[in-house]
Amino acid sequence: MRLVRYLPAVLVLVVAVLPLAVPWLKIVLTVALAKGLAVLGVVVLLRAGQVSFGHAMFFAASAYSAAFLMQGFAGADLAVLLLAGMVCSGTMGAVIGLFVVRYRYIFFGMLNLAFSMVLYALLEKMFHITGGSDGMAVGRPTYLGLELARTSFETALFYTSLGLAGAACWFVHRFLRSPLGEALSAIRTNETRLEYLGISARWILLIAYVLSAVLAGLGGSIIAVNQGVVTPDLGYWIRSGEFVFIAILGGAGHVLGAFAGALVYELVRFYAAAMAADVWQMILGFVLLGIILFASRGIVGLYRDLAAIAPGPRGHREPLR
Amino acid sequence: MSGTLLEASNLHISFGGVTAADGIDLEVFNGERLAIIGPNGAGKTTFLNICTGYLTPSAGSVRFGRRDITAMAPRAITRMGIARAFQTPQLFHDQRVIDNLLLAAAARERTWNPFRPLQDLPERDEMLELLELFGLAEVSTQMINELPEGNRKLVDIAVALALRPQLLLMDEPTSGVSTLEKFRIMDLLVEALAVQGVTSVFVEHDMEVVKRYADRVAVWSAGHIQSVGPPDQVLADPSVMRDVIGI
Repeated sequence: MRLVRYLPAVLVLVVAVLPLAVPWLKIVLTVALAKGLAVLGVVVLLRAGQVSFGHAMFFAASAYSAAFLMQGFAGADLAVLLLAGMVCSGTMGAVIGLFVVRYRYIFFGMLNLAFSMVLYALLEKMFHITGGSDGMAVGRPTYLGLELARTSFETALFYTSLGLAGAACWFVHRFLRSPLGEALSAIRTNETRLEYLGISARWILLIAYVLSAVLAGLGGSIIAVNQGVVTPDLGYWIRSGEFVFIAILGGAGHVLGAFAGALVYELVRFYAAAMAADVWQMILGFVLLGIILFASRGIVGLYRDLAAIAPGPRGHREPLR
Repeated sequence: MSGTLLEASNLHISFGGVTAADGIDLEVFNGERLAIIGPNGAGKTTFLNICTGYLTPSAGSVRFGRRDITAMAPRAITRMGIARAFQTPQLFHDQRVIDNLLLAAAARERTWNPFRPLQDLPERDEMLELLELFGLAEVSTQMINELPEGNRKLVDIAVALALRPQLLLMDEPTSGVSTLEKFRIMDLLVEALAVQGVTSVFVEHDMEVVKRYADRVAVWSAGHIQSVGPPDQVLADPSVMRDVIGI
């Protein structure tokens, strides 16, 4: 049972090594990491008790920025695309954030949804610029100045995504423990006291909103390069719902849960689609139902319960909380 | 007592047909403890709400030091040096006692480094000393929702004092607690105010508390001030006893 305590580290190791043993899996895992980054953005906002039903707009905006960059500068580097994607989504997050941070709960969620649908409609209708529903092709960028073959590039992209996911986890974890992060949590519990501490709840939420947009944007750039094509579907409301779904699956409000949820979601989706193509959504639905009914704190909550049952280093049992 | 710290002039505000402030004029002097008494609905909390920016008066002004703070946002007024403790403690219930104070310290010092954990703020010792002053050091790591009501009230006041305000406004700091607890809270409070040199205004219903702890008392009645003065003088007035206490 002691192994349970090391489960996260073991899983990270397995994810890192798996593509070496099963090369085709790295595409799926890269998609999971890209979505995990976007979900991490949703998790940041969940800390303030706010659910965004439109975060796919940042995912899509960043993906399209990669497509436009590759169209304009064929030899652009992956680092430039990732950076440009983050700047694009961050700027967009700052502008949209100025409006949405004035609202809370269902109004916050719906306003995000509305903005995302505006972007979706623009991407869909501006055919001559965005390619409409056909989308845009994204060429293979150079990797630190090197032109890599497809397989090598996919491997490099996977490990880059893994590294970025790790860095994002670390940063968000630090952020949430900092006074800013604690003030963000305080928006959920007592906004009145926050204001009477001289802290602007809107300003705190705006900072978190921009951070969450940047994270979603980073995921969007990765997915664009990984898939080689971007379509308006990246910004559709179903995608936003998917991010919220994964956040709950992983354990709402937890940093590692974002990636645990994304990995489980992508793997279930992949195998369900392969083995039961017509009913894979139903299988995903049952998985979420199971999580909500039997492990309401998601995968991370499930893990914590297991770790609490497992004997500690001196053999004592910690109480379940 | 020397110098005026807060000055309310000709405040008016109504809610529908109810007038909560009808030409309120009041000065709060540096270093004093001013008690506000009056029957329910007289406009006592409304006065605090106006002074802290929660409500905007339809007429009149509030000056803090040399600045007009009428209609300023609560956070702006807080940053200027007016803190508030509430009748129902306003705390972050899913956080620990010490975290509530540290967040106040971070707000005061504007420490927003995203890489520095709240726990590692240099003001941690200062906050523990403040809790010690209130006899709360032992519960510093407890969650707010695990505390009894009396201690929550004290934490609410400690959070306000963590801002190092010049003026502390408190709405019924002893309501909802036992008589013994009342005097314990007030003793600790008065000591903390003296240590920090904070001027205070508190709304109170218990005349014993007012007599013991207030330097001056202002009597509210239907949106206006009936009388202001030292407690022994004001509370000796039969009309005050009749209107406020009902005897």
